[in-house]
Amino acid sequence: MAEEVKVFGRWTSPFCCRVEIALRLKGVPYEYIEEDLSNKSPLLLEYNPVHKKVPVLVHGGKPIAESLVVLEYIEETWRRNPILPEDPHRRAMARFWTKFIDEKCMPIMWKSLWSEGEMQLKLMEETKENLSILERELNSKKFFGGNSIGLVDIAASFLSCWTEVLQEVAGISLFGEAKHPILFKWANEFMSSDAVKVCLPPKDELLSHFRAMKEGMSATKAGQN
Amino acid sequence: MATAEKGLVLLDLWVSPFGQRCRIALAEKAVEYEYREENLVDHKSPLLLKMNPIHKKIPVLIHDGKPVCESLIIVQYIDEVWTNNPLLPSDPHERAKSRFWADFVDKKVYECGTKLWKFKGETQEAAKKEMIEILKLLEGELGDKKYFGGEAFGFVDIAFVPFTAWFYSYETCANFSIEEECPKLVAWGKRCMERESVAKSLHDPHKVHEFVCFLKKKFGVE
Repeated sequence: MAEEVKVFGRWTSPFCCRVEIALRLKGVPYEYIEEDLSNKSPLLLEYNPVHKKVPVLVHGGKPIAESLVVLEYIEETWRRNPILPEDPHRRAMARFWTKFIDEKCMPIMWKSLWSEGEMQLKLMEETKENLSILERELNSKKFFGGNSIGLVDIAASFLSCWTEVLQEVAGISLFGEAKHPILFKWANEFMSSDAVKVCLPPKDELLSHFRAMKEGMSATKAGQN
Repeated sequence: MATAEKGLVLLDLWVSPFGQRCRIALAEKAVEYEYREENLVDHKSPLLLKMNPIHKKIPVLIHDGKPVCESLIIVQYIDEVWTNNPLLPSDPHERAKSRFWADFVDKKVYECGTKLWKFKGETQEAAKKEMIEILKLLEGELGDKKYFGGEAFGFVDIAFVPFTAWFYSYETCANFSIEEECPKLVAWGKRCMERESVAKSLHDPHKVHEFVCFLKKKFGVE
């Protein structure tokens, strides 16, 4: 009998979305539990005592944390619709690109959206360059994984609705059809695929959430001045 | 990107804990390779820049002309190509735990360690507290096991053991004793050093400290 799968997540988090996409792709049923990160549940703190973060996957009562670690676990446990290639060198390259996304693309883009002035301009340039690098890697493939969605595509899911929403909130342009046409086409292809579209948060709600976050930050700053 | 060369080359820097992870993994698998020292200060080789154009960093493992970058990715690659003496457990949940802790080492140890020698005063004090917390968490995970992998030396041991050669430097710069704070971790480090793969890859902690002193001068830290 199949063991229970649970996902502890936050609807606004692209990291949590990664886990859900992978499970959907593989046809794995799961229970989703929404966490309030300002009031973390005792279960979350028990399952992820080291980082106290989401996502956490719990399979048969055993927890796994860190989204990329979770993705590799999902790949190894449920073999249907593989998200990593068989060849060791191609697997290494997939891991390399997911690391690039996690350590460079996402954090620098995030910082660029919330910073100001000279610093913001510098971070924006770096973000655009990182996206160009990703675009060159994608090249003429339908997905980073080739003909089907793979680990790198799932890791890059932040380039779907999140990037669109955050650019609107920040009032800056980093990623679009004009600047990165190949990546933009990929994003649309990715977002419209069956396993992905059900996992993405509703755009207007995401917009409200991040607008409120920005207003909160501005209010804090104003209060500090 | 690939060259026509056959064989295995590791582009590395003698003192790099990231490079050492790869050396240890290759030694554990008894795989022959050519070691090439990179001069990262004055002149990165054209080969390095060609094989790792994105980050321009070591280590890079070049296998039959194809590059693999990022140390833990290299170690996993080595484990997948040479299947003798597995470095990751076979059970998926245990593998996930190993990846989690190796990732923890990657995210925390080097950056915090750098703060210990690069800064003074309050910043250094805060880094010291953070390092002790990090080491205690790792010690908690180790528990009373022989290695992080249990009876078998494995992925997490390989990810973390190179940093034991930096303990002396961390202690000297920030004035604390890792042995006092985490005796089990220090004992584990000594057990690892009994393995030829580790003993041959790591350098004497005093040599590492000399290197740190060179870095401190370079960055103008007194």
